Amino acid sequence: MPDRYLCEVISNETLCDGVFAVAVVCGDLAGEALAGQFVHVKCGDERLLRRPISICCVSGGSLKLVFEVKGKGTSWLSRIKPGETIDILGPLGRGFSLPEGKVALVGGGIGVPPLLFAAELAGGSATSVLGFRSGDRAIMKDAFESACEKVLIATDDGSLGYHGPVTLPLKELLEGEGYGAILACGPRPMLNAVAGLCEQFGVPCQVSLEEKMGCGIGACLVCACATVSGGVKDMSRVCVDGPVFDATEIVWSGWDA
Amino acid sequence: MRDLSVNFAGVSFKNPIVVASGTFGFGREYGEYYDLSMLGGICVKGLTLVPRLGNKPPRIAETAMGMLNSVGLQNPGVDSFIEDELPFLRKHDTVVIANISGNTIEEYALMAEKLSEAKVDMLEVNVSCPNVKAGGMQFGTSAQGVASVTQAVKSRASIPVMVKLSPNVTDIAEMAVAAEASGADAVSLINTLLAMRIDTATRKPMLHNNVGGLSGPAIFPVAVRMVWQVASALKIPVLGMGGVMDGDNAIEMMLAGAKLVGVGTACFEDPYAPIGVIDGVGAYMAEYGLSSTDEIVGKVELN
Ligand SMILES: Cc1cc2nc3c(=O)[nH]c(=O)nc-3n(C[C@H](O)[C@H](O)[C@H](O)COP(=O)(O)OP(=O)(O)OC[C@H]3O[C@@H](n4cnc5c(N)ncnc54)[C@H](O)[C@@H]3O)c2cc1C
Ligand SMILES: Cc1cc2nc3c(=O)[nH]c(=O)nc-3n(C[C@H](O)[C@H](O)[C@H](O)COP(=O)(O)O)c2cc1C
Ligand code: FES
Repeated sequence: MPDRYLCEVISNETLCDGVFAVAVVCGDLAGEALAGQFVHVKCGDERLLRRPISICCVSGGSLKLVFEVKGKGTSWLSRIKPGETIDILGPLGRGFSLPEGKVALVGGGIGVPPLLFAAELAGGSATSVLGFRSGDRAIMKDAFESACEKVLIATDDGSLGYHGPVTLPLKELLEGEGYGAILACGPRPMLNAVAGLCEQFGVPCQVSLEEKMGCGIGACLVCACATVSGGVKDMSRVCVDGPVFDATEIVWSGWDA
Repeated sequence: MRDLSVNFAGVSFKNPIVVASGTFGFGREYGEYYDLSMLGGICVKGLTLVPRLGNKPPRIAETAMGMLNSVGLQNPGVDSFIEDELPFLRKHDTVVIANISGNTIEEYALMAEKLSEAKVDMLEVNVSCPNVKAGGMQFGTSAQGVASVTQAVKSRASIPVMVKLSPNVTDIAEMAVAAEASGADAVSLINTLLAMRIDTATRKPMLHNNVGGLSGPAIFPVAVRMVWQVASALKIPVLGMGGVMDGDNAIEMMLAGAKLVGVGTACFEDPYAPIGVIDGVGAYMAEYGLSSTDEIVGKVELN
């Protein structure tokens, strides 16, 4: 069951400019967490709302959170030191489901870290397609290389791997071999493009969405996302119905559509 | 023996702490964290006659010690509540308060009838939602509107009726008096304060709805003042809320005149917040050797 935990920080590492990896001890949480789930993190006493951060991976009794500094909350979190404690709620949300067959993981920018957990669960057989702004921001490359059969990288400026969006190598991949599922996490336009490609190739696709949150547990309805299931339009809650959704459930544009 | 129980408009609550409408869903989610029977009462998510999908996201924006929301009364409708949610709530030993919003006065009355038949314990009539165009606040910002809705609900309800007042008025006591004169059994306040935030980089409002309702600690002193003004003007009891985070805040509300205290936004910071507030009230009573909350309610010593 998800719960509120006060966890000791064991490390805080800078992965690239503005991106940090914080590891915390939490046996119960680490034991229960599923790939694609998140934790809701209290970022100091001055901020009322918690910040949702995906679980990057678990090992033993600890879990790792990888995040980019965006505003005051993540900035506070980036200054946390080993030995200090953070207040987290979790594990929350519906994670990825790993189907039979070969899996490709598609990540963009700060959407890359939570895919590591899925790669580890796939037992070394997954292919990863990771997109970054530039080569110097290609975080966790080594970790993915040791957890996956194959890792393809694309950068916006061409400084590493393919020059262009992740859909470039992904298209090549899908033309080459059959995949049982694509699991994607990243900015919404990227997810939309990946979902489009998957539809074209007839491959099931799961996407991890972001929305601003209040409670994080399904009670307040602020994290709404327009979905459609069996032809019926609904407002789903990203925090409990997601963050991972089947791509065909998402109303990608025009909420009134 | 310390006694936290409260008789409020003829309904008995085991303690004075009630969770606020819209912040607690229909109880299922927080029920995974603790036994809902520990709560004095639960005000359920605002109900409408027909289901509503609510407003487009983003629906939340943070601000200094507070938040703005523009959910827009997303809910499954009153019939689905009665069928699918009420039986679950009824398994717990806590007071169930149904919060209702209508587009028309007849809608309020019809919902009051349905929910009376379904035997919820109490109605909270929301005439103060800042997030929907029709209904909600349009009735709550004039004494005439408050009176019309209250009379219509009272004429069709067979359970106690509490009217939830909007703080977005010049004189909230005037609205409270109108509710009382129209037969309300209690009033609750405050709903959220109409507010706005703008992203300076994009020049766009942070909420898709442009404006939303401010809640959380930022509104606490405003809520205390309004509860005090209203409680001083009425004979019927008052449920006070707005920014209550801990037991001490709840005591402050009670001193201002609130017989029951609502806890809302605090749940987002800590799911256990309402339990902490109940414990805090008990601890205060123990510290000051009080045997009943009657020794606190309205007992502010004015200068
Ligand atoms: C399910 C989920 C998982 C996430 N996982 C990660 C992750 O692993 N690593 C990472 O770096 N980021 C992740 N994010 C995004 C992260 O939550 C935001 O970057 C963060 O909340 C920004 O907080 P801030 O105080 O620094 O920024 P501010 O801009 O100061 O935040 C203001 C408010 O907006 C909210 N907010 C701002 N941006 C976002 C956003 N993109 N998503 C949700 N809320 C937002 C904040 O939580 C806060 O309530 C995730 C978001 C979601 C919904
Ligand atoms: C996300 C959210 C949704 C709300 N929805 C409702 C609602 O449906 N009906 C209602 O009467 N009040 C609603 N409210 C107002 C609260 O019940 C309460 O009056 C207000 O938030 C002040 O209390 P607080 O500061 O403790 O949250 C909502 C508040 C929030 C934050
Ligand atoms: S954040 Fe409250 S319902 Fe999703």
